[in-house]
Amino acid sequence: MNHKGKETFPREVFSRPRSLIDVRSHYCPGCHHGIAHRILAETIDRFDVREKTVGVAPVGCAVLMYDYIDVDFTEAPHGRAPAVATGVKRAHPDRFVFTYQGDGDLAAIGTSEIIHAANRGENITVLFINNTTYGMTGGQMAPTTMLGQKTATSPYGREFRNDGYPIKVAELLATIEGTAYSARVATSTPAQIRKAKEAVRKAFDMQIREVGFSLVEFLSTCPTNWGMKPLDAQKRVLGEISGYFPLGVYKERKQADFV
Amino acid sequence: MTLAASGIRRELMKGNEAICVGAIAAGCRFYYGYPITPQNDIPEYMAAHLPPIGGMFLQAESEVATINFLLGTSAAGKRVMTSSSGPGISLMQEGLSYMAGMELPAVIVNISRSGPGLGGIAPSQGDYFQAVKGGGHGGYRMPVLAPHSVQEMYSLTMRAFDLSDKYRNPAMILGDAVIGQMKEPFVPTPYLPAVSAEKPWALTGCAGRERRIVKSLYLKDDEIEVHNWKLHRKYAAMQEEEVLYESYCMDGARVVIVAFGTAARVSKTAIQVARREGIPVGMLRPVTLFPFPSREVNEAAGAADAILVIEMNTGQMLEDVRMSTRHHDRIRFLGKPCAIPAPEEILQEIRRLAGEIGARPVRVR
Ligand SMILES: Cc1ncc(C[n+]2csc(CCOP(=O)(O)OP(=O)(O)O)c2C)c(N)n1
Ligand code: SF4
Repeated sequence: MNHKGKETFPREVFSRPRSLIDVRSHYCPGCHHGIAHRILAETIDRFDVREKTVGVAPVGCAVLMYDYIDVDFTEAPHGRAPAVATGVKRAHPDRFVFTYQGDGDLAAIGTSEIIHAANRGENITVLFINNTTYGMTGGQMAPTTMLGQKTATSPYGREFRNDGYPIKVAELLATIEGTAYSARVATSTPAQIRKAKEAVRKAFDMQIREVGFSLVEFLSTCPTNWGMKPLDAQKRVLGEISGYFPLGVYKERKQADFV
Repeated sequence: MTLAASGIRRELMKGNEAICVGAIAAGCRFYYGYPITPQNDIPEYMAAHLPPIGGMFLQAESEVATINFLLGTSAAGKRVMTSSSGPGISLMQEGLSYMAGMELPAVIVNISRSGPGLGGIAPSQGDYFQAVKGGGHGGYRMPVLAPHSVQEMYSLTMRAFDLSDKYRNPAMILGDAVIGQMKEPFVPTPYLPAVSAEKPWALTGCAGRERRIVKSLYLKDDEIEVHNWKLHRKYAAMQEEEVLYESYCMDGARVVIVAFGTAARVSKTAIQVARREGIPVGMLRPVTLFPFPSREVNEAAGAADAILVIEMNTGQMLEDVRMSTRHHDRIRFLGKPCAIPAPEEILQEIRRLAGEIGARPVRVR
């Protein structure tokens, strides 16, 4: 019924994004990889770039993401997605190229590749999933693991004298000249998800307008390896984790320097 | 047609530069690399010559990044090349394994240096095992071409591009500092493509077609086993179809040298002198190290009295020679891990062997 009391045909107000394949995912209950995937797919559709996109999958829990996002895809060795994306983008500067990487992939083994891709102002978009642990290999310590956090390889809790501090990627990359956009978002409330969509939209827009390298860091969950129920995992993100990793936009260039 | 009539001029260049000319002739417009001696002429040449023809030169932050730039550009359907030396090639092994698994073509040039670790920059053939046995994980192979002249640096580079596209597999040029730095004239013969330029698997965005996935991960049931056998069949086909070798002074040879690259080059000088002395010596020079000319080595070993393997290492190809034939008692080895064997040294060994097998020279002079 519309406001005048007249019957109208049902109108579709919510549907699966075209770029999100209709299959059951392998992600655990309460895992936020799925939410990030959906935001990614929605944004691909929003910019209508599905047919000109090449995705670069990580090694991590999202290694099979090509089963879910309906675009051309290549695999990359663990941590090397920004280098692989560089190779793709240099070959096809007019295609849309993104990587999607976990915190082990991007902030440990792939630190060199991400920093230099950003520094070159490589015109690619990176979705970075920070779940403070290595999900795929069974919950070992990541460079983003919180101080005191117990993981499979920090059974007594992460201790800075031994393992250093959790690394803040969005802030770090914002200091790099070639970075056009760097933001940290979360996906634990509807309001946060709206902001996350906006950040991903901006990141896409940077690439499409050829402003340069863009990254969105997602504070994500890993209830399985945190040993938490999904709801408690949300609370952990909203409290402890976003306390240390503040949400926000750390860098936003208006236009490319070189134009 | 004579060379003059064809309008092709001879060029005088370093081996490393001839590789670049060959690559560009073969349509390679993407080069990535990281500086390391003794191959810096290659990135320097590409940095100067690719951009003006609309090509892409990019210096990477490491060889790890380099090989993954290659992976991306290859997946995007373009011909792409890199060059490096021992330590850098080691860093590329993970990426090479991925590319073999993902069936991605590319040309990798190893102008090798000596010794494990940082070693030295003296010419060496110590990377033979790494190159021909699949230096990375998982059990893969790639065509390995070993030029012994500037001419071959040019022509084998073109061939490497064709082989890598034909088999959708990385291919390697294995040279050393001598061939890389040596200047000599060569004929830049035109590139005649031996494969179609079509890449119906390349990632370009899925407009107007089904989307494509390039990967090496196979988790379901026996997928990975099926994939491994598929790869194995490619390597077997290379063994059947792609063996290249040179027979040098093999007429009536009772001593047969087996050597590649610079070691073969020097051996030719020694063979010339020995032949003049009347010693029946020749050489079988593998040009492809993988696939290895096993059949030819076996035939040579069957017909000769002695096989002299000469390498600038402590004995690597030697194992493939042994594997090729059961005449192990005829095999001798002369190794120089970090230096070029002198022609005199080789000559001495030839003379000694000739005496041993009773093939004393008939003095001609
Ligand atoms: C060179 C290499 N080292 C180690 C591994 C094993 N490995 C696979 S995934 C992974 C970490 C994944 O963690 P992360 O990137 O945080 O992603 P998540 O699974 O949490 O989404 C590791 C160490 C590998 N595949 N390759
Ligand atoms: S292990 Fe963690 S990151 Fe991986 S799917 Fe499960 S919850 Fe998600």
